[in-house]
Amino acid sequence: MTTQASVLANLAEVRAMIRRHKRNDFIFSIIGLLALMVGLLTLLILFVDLVSDGYQRFNLEFLSNYPSRRAGNAGLLSAWVGSLLVMLVTFFSAVPMGVAAGVYLEEYAPKNWFSDLIEINVTNLAGVPSIVYGLLALSLFVYGLGLGESILTAGLTLGLLILPIVIVATRESIRGIPVAIREAAYAVGATKWQVVFHHVLHYSSGGILTGIIIGMARALGETAPIITIGALTFIAFLPPSPITEAAPFINFEWLSSGFTVLPIQMFNWLSRPDHAFHINAAATGALIIVVTLLMNGTAIWLRYRIRKNIKW
Amino acid sequence: MTTQVLQKPIDLPISPRLAKNVRRHVLERVIEFILMLAALSAVATTIAIVVILLYESLSFFEHVSIIDFLTDTQWTPLFEDAHYGILPLVSGTLTTSAIALGVAIPLGTIGAIYLSEFASHRTREIVKPILELLVGVPTVVFGYFALLFVTPLLQMIFPELPGFNMLGPGIVMGIMIIPYISSVAEDAMRAVPMSMREGSYAMGATRFQTAVRVVTPAAISGIIAAYILGISRAVGETMVVALAAGQQPNLTFNPMESAATITAYIVQVAMGDLPHGSIGYQSIFAAGLVLMLMTLVFNILGHITRKKFRETY
Amino acid sequence: MVTTTSPIKAESRDLNFYYSNGHKALKGITMPLYEKRITALIGPSGCGKSTFLRCFNRMHDLYPGNSYEGQIVMHPDNTNILDNGVDPIEVRMRISMVFQKPNPFPKSIYENVAYGLRVRGERNKRAVDDKVEEALKGAALWDEVKNRLHDLAFNLSGGQQQRLCIARALATDPEIMLFDEPTSALDPIATANIEELMSELRNKLTILVVTHNMQQAARVSDYTAYMYLGELIEYDDTDRIFTNPSRKETEDYITGKFG
Repeated sequence: MTTQASVLANLAEVRAMIRRHKRNDFIFSIIGLLALMVGLLTLLILFVDLVSDGYQRFNLEFLSNYPSRRAGNAGLLSAWVGSLLVMLVTFFSAVPMGVAAGVYLEEYAPKNWFSDLIEINVTNLAGVPSIVYGLLALSLFVYGLGLGESILTAGLTLGLLILPIVIVATRESIRGIPVAIREAAYAVGATKWQVVFHHVLHYSSGGILTGIIIGMARALGETAPIITIGALTFIAFLPPSPITEAAPFINFEWLSSGFTVLPIQMFNWLSRPDHAFHINAAATGALIIVVTLLMNGTAIWLRYRIRKNIKW
Repeated sequence: MTTQVLQKPIDLPISPRLAKNVRRHVLERVIEFILMLAALSAVATTIAIVVILLYESLSFFEHVSIIDFLTDTQWTPLFEDAHYGILPLVSGTLTTSAIALGVAIPLGTIGAIYLSEFASHRTREIVKPILELLVGVPTVVFGYFALLFVTPLLQMIFPELPGFNMLGPGIVMGIMIIPYISSVAEDAMRAVPMSMREGSYAMGATRFQTAVRVVTPAAISGIIAAYILGISRAVGETMVVALAAGQQPNLTFNPMESAATITAYIVQVAMGDLPHGSIGYQSIFAAGLVLMLMTLVFNILGHITRKKFRETY
Repeated sequence: MVTTTSPIKAESRDLNFYYSNGHKALKGITMPLYEKRITALIGPSGCGKSTFLRCFNRMHDLYPGNSYEGQIVMHPDNTNILDNGVDPIEVRMRISMVFQKPNPFPKSIYENVAYGLRVRGERNKRAVDDKVEEALKGAALWDEVKNRLHDLAFNLSGGQQQRLCIARALATDPEIMLFDEPTSALDPIATANIEELMSELRNKLTILVVTHNMQQAARVSDYTAYMYLGELIEYDDTDRIFTNPSRKETEDYITGKFG
């Protein structure tokens, strides 16, 4: 039987204990914030470090010069053009393939072992180290199919690499569309494909775009698989232009051209002992990081907007 | 002659407007088939990876005995006196990964607990996108950071640290992996039903007690999945270690030494001009196979641990 | 049922409660809880009975933006437990709660019951062992689980899980125990067990129970409060409420004309 006195004595004890426990709460919330700050601070220091090392190269010549044996004259022309062309191939291989696969899995696939199999594969592929894609491409594209160390090879390799990202993004945004919308379309006599093409893809395009941007940013920064296909060479020329003056105006020779890309050029300069080249590497790193952060930032912002605006 | 007793069913005419449109029907099936092929590309890629790694490694093992491969303590496939012991590459991979996880697991877990149980809605809205941005930073840039920023910084503390070492890139890799671990672990914690938290708070528990004693054990299988993801990232990471850990295979677990990882070796060989079909060329596929097997082993271990901590809400 | 008058253990005084969206869920509730008596809250869903119950252990503090107005005073120390200066954790250590759906932790049976003691920093194994046994006996669960104390709590049946949650709440010797529709997720036999248990607990502590089931209120409680749209319509001896209510609304609800 608790008497009044014992309740009150107890209370004092309880209060002291709660104070101790709440101090732990406070200490942990500081530690937690610090743990998260490590990432943020690293990002900040990394960027400041790159800019402070590389700012001397921030000029137009750096973008319009070819790589050179003299660090001061070396530029990124062949690298950024190469990156652009490789990304073009990546885009046109990964996006149709990934969106189609995502649509199939969400809208068409019967829910059985077959779709489970594909699902497990997509998840696993997302976890395969990127350099393994490089090995796959080296054996299959470079030698097996005889595509050589070309823009086509690099673009396809990166396309395979980001395929899981596009598939997952497509599926997630399709999943958000309510069944009622589909039924409304079926009710006016649309076929399955019409429902998918006119409605499902249309309404999920924002989410799919988010995934595509994140995937392309990843492809832009990937280095290991491209080194693995043997593309780490001195490239002081541009691939043939995709657009010609005479008919048929479009030219596909560039696909089989040798190339270099931004991260490879950075890696190349970075692995030289001469410090002057490290400055070039820092400037390249700053450029890559600005572009990828802008792309990822756009994607995050886009997703935020979609979440905020669409309420089914 | 028999008289027809039963009236024959009459085929009612179908108006052309309602008739089955054969063209449309076929088109629909063709579209479905094409979409299915696209989905099968994921399966095809997996099969291609496995087949190619096995096929090229098989040629490698025609020249090198598996015993040598697993027990020799030197890896010098490109030298006159060639040795094909994978152990030095495995030790390099394990050491850098261990350092990375030593950084990423505690910080990632603490970060996840903070985000899921302590942070206000507003803080979460700010911190999570920043972590996502960190995930988007290309690894070659992190390699630069490890080689030219973190290692010189560490050399101020340990003057005898060589320019190429496993400590610096290990730490950078760890920071790189924090967001992967914290976001997956946080998702797992937020999936723990609120009723379980209420049960704990109703007993007079503080946030910290609820987080550590109830939410974390309830989410443990998701948290382990996050760790496995982190391990796979660390083992397969290439550019940071290729740039900053050195390219000399070295059978050591000392983080202060330089050593090559499996991935760094593949990069090193690919940078040179090795003839297709040579033993050096085949050796990178054998190395790649070991890499895949290592990630597989970690995944299976993770799966078993998760089963032990079975849970249902 | 009420034989002797008993001292007041806690009372709410002109209590208003607002959810974060501005909805006023409780309107000027004033009523006592008598010590070692069972008080039942009845009323149609959405009438605020659960909201009222959850004020007693400051559960609403877990969600930002909720606010209280008025007092809940606890005796014998005369503390207003809704006061900003009072720590909700302290309140919850004195007033424990059993939820609508059993919510055991993903731990062993033993650790579930010991949780409150662990939270209070109790390290003495003997003391914890004794308390766990006492609480499980108090919750009429001891005989069923004494041989498998280290099994996962999820392996118990729904009724057993709810008794486990009662044992968990009992282990820390609370002064008041809150039951939020404790049998709504259980079958009739398990319900009967819990009701019997509540009657036994009346010898030890003060109980406030929300129920959607009028027969249950009539069976177990000493006092009953009828709430409607956030207001306390009538509070009285359970016998009087069910036989001769003074308000027409109460009578309509009890006789099933409404609700």
